[in-house]
Amino acid sequence: MTHAIAQLAAVLATALFIFSLHWMNDPKTARRGVIAGVTAMLVAVGATWVQPEIVHHGWIVLAIVAGFIVGVPLSRVPLTAVPQRTALLGFLTFTGSLMATGKLQEVNWIPQRPVTYPGQNFVNIGVLAIAVALGVLVVVQPTAAWSAHAFLTIVGLALLFGVLLIIPIGGADMPTVISILNSYAGLSAVAMGFVLNNKLLVTAGALDGSSGLILSIIMCRAMNRSFTNVLFGAFGTVKAAAVAGEQKEWKEETVEGAAQLLEQARLVVIIPGYGMAVAQAQHRVRELYDQLTKRGVTVKFAIHPVAGRMPGHMNVLLAEADIPYTALVEMDEVNPEMPQCDVALVIGANDVVNPAARYAKDSPIYGMPIIDADKARTVLAIKRSKKPGFAGIDNELYVQDNTWMLFGDAKAVVGDLVKQLAGGSGLH
Amino acid sequence: MIDYWSMLFVFVLATFIGLGVIRRVSRLLYTPLMSLTNAISAIAVVGSIVVTGADYPTPIRVLGAVALFASTTNIVSGFLITDRMLKMFKKQ
Repeated sequence: MTHAIAQLAAVLATALFIFSLHWMNDPKTARRGVIAGVTAMLVAVGATWVQPEIVHHGWIVLAIVAGFIVGVPLSRVPLTAVPQRTALLGFLTFTGSLMATGKLQEVNWIPQRPVTYPGQNFVNIGVLAIAVALGVLVVVQPTAAWSAHAFLTIVGLALLFGVLLIIPIGGADMPTVISILNSYAGLSAVAMGFVLNNKLLVTAGALDGSSGLILSIIMCRAMNRSFTNVLFGAFGTVKAAAVAGEQKEWKEETVEGAAQLLEQARLVVIIPGYGMAVAQAQHRVRELYDQLTKRGVTVKFAIHPVAGRMPGHMNVLLAEADIPYTALVEMDEVNPEMPQCDVALVIGANDVVNPAARYAKDSPIYGMPIIDADKARTVLAIKRSKKPGFAGIDNELYVQDNTWMLFGDAKAVVGDLVKQLAGGSGLH
Repeated sequence: MIDYWSMLFVFVLATFIGLGVIRRVSRLLYTPLMSLTNAISAIAVVGSIVVTGADYPTPIRVLGAVALFASTTNIVSGFLITDRMLKMFKKQ
């Protein structure tokens, strides 16, 4: 009887998980998806708990209560920390994600730039091979005296492999890496399901694994790079000063001038990047959006698939600032419109608007699809400093004839623009 | 005796369903999708409930309780944060 309950619950929970993911296809039904997911989880936990072999209920209650006590405050993290949280929590067992978290948090002792050295792939594969070989030995001869030591060595090597795997991966590849790590979590649930003979673990893990797989494929495609290239070929080993021949100068624009350009435009395309997230500028951007739409200016947000540090990062930040999702457009949709765009306002984005991706064969971002900001009539770019972007590449968009720079913290600069527009509105 | 062949069968079919469903997810919602699947991957909670609650030696049950705590944390915060993000997506 209880066996039938467990089987029925597994079928029900699987169906609910599928619906949960299905409802994510539209923002209108997405919250229903969360309810389906929670229900599925409750069904699964309930059906397991009532099984006759469960005798120590106190321990379970204690662990679950503790999980709630920690989990509820964790869900209140600021949304810019969501990538870190996702990388950290889902993969408590995977050191690689710890390194990824470190990189995201810009911890000092973990190099931001990809760490590469000769023979790197050889070393990585060697470490993996030793771990696998020891694993086979332990499984074949579990009772041998040395098997306990071998097991500990495997754990150590697995940790080392995680670290070695992540350090060559540059910050610009983080969206892909996070997606891959996400699918690992699902695959480990599948493995657990095989061992415990539990079909629910297999189905839920497979759904999770395929989600991570699809996202990483999309992210790779958005950078014109292959899966293996992201994992094994380090990105951002910058060929120093490829454009050293013609050193062009930046042209700076004042806030007054920029505000004037914006209010006289008919179509403004805002291109946000990680810089907007770091500066927490999304609420100021919303005010700018309000000021401009109030004047009849059409404002669109062009979202590059790998802008930010995780898939969909920019969409969430802009949604947080109450910008309607109908104003957010995909790269492929906005590019044909760029020649008609009066002002392209780049806020803290860099590599995703670098025209070098189209023709500079020696550039690490060569071949990556970009948002055609350079084709707009005027380009305004807000940038924190004069340093190159995360991938460490010079961006010639900034020295183009029709580009004007606004240096400073994105939040402060956009705030000044808003003040300028609000103050000047009486004159028109 | 575990029937690995039927498990493999289930795994392959579930993967194909997953690929079909995820492909249709709105690009706007990739971040909430990740935190939702992250919460779903904590389905491993059913394994830790068995390890914690059944009659195993105490050290194993302690490990089970730690795993149960970790996956509960992940489930609770994963679903809450997904809902919090989705609440923000408004049309106009």
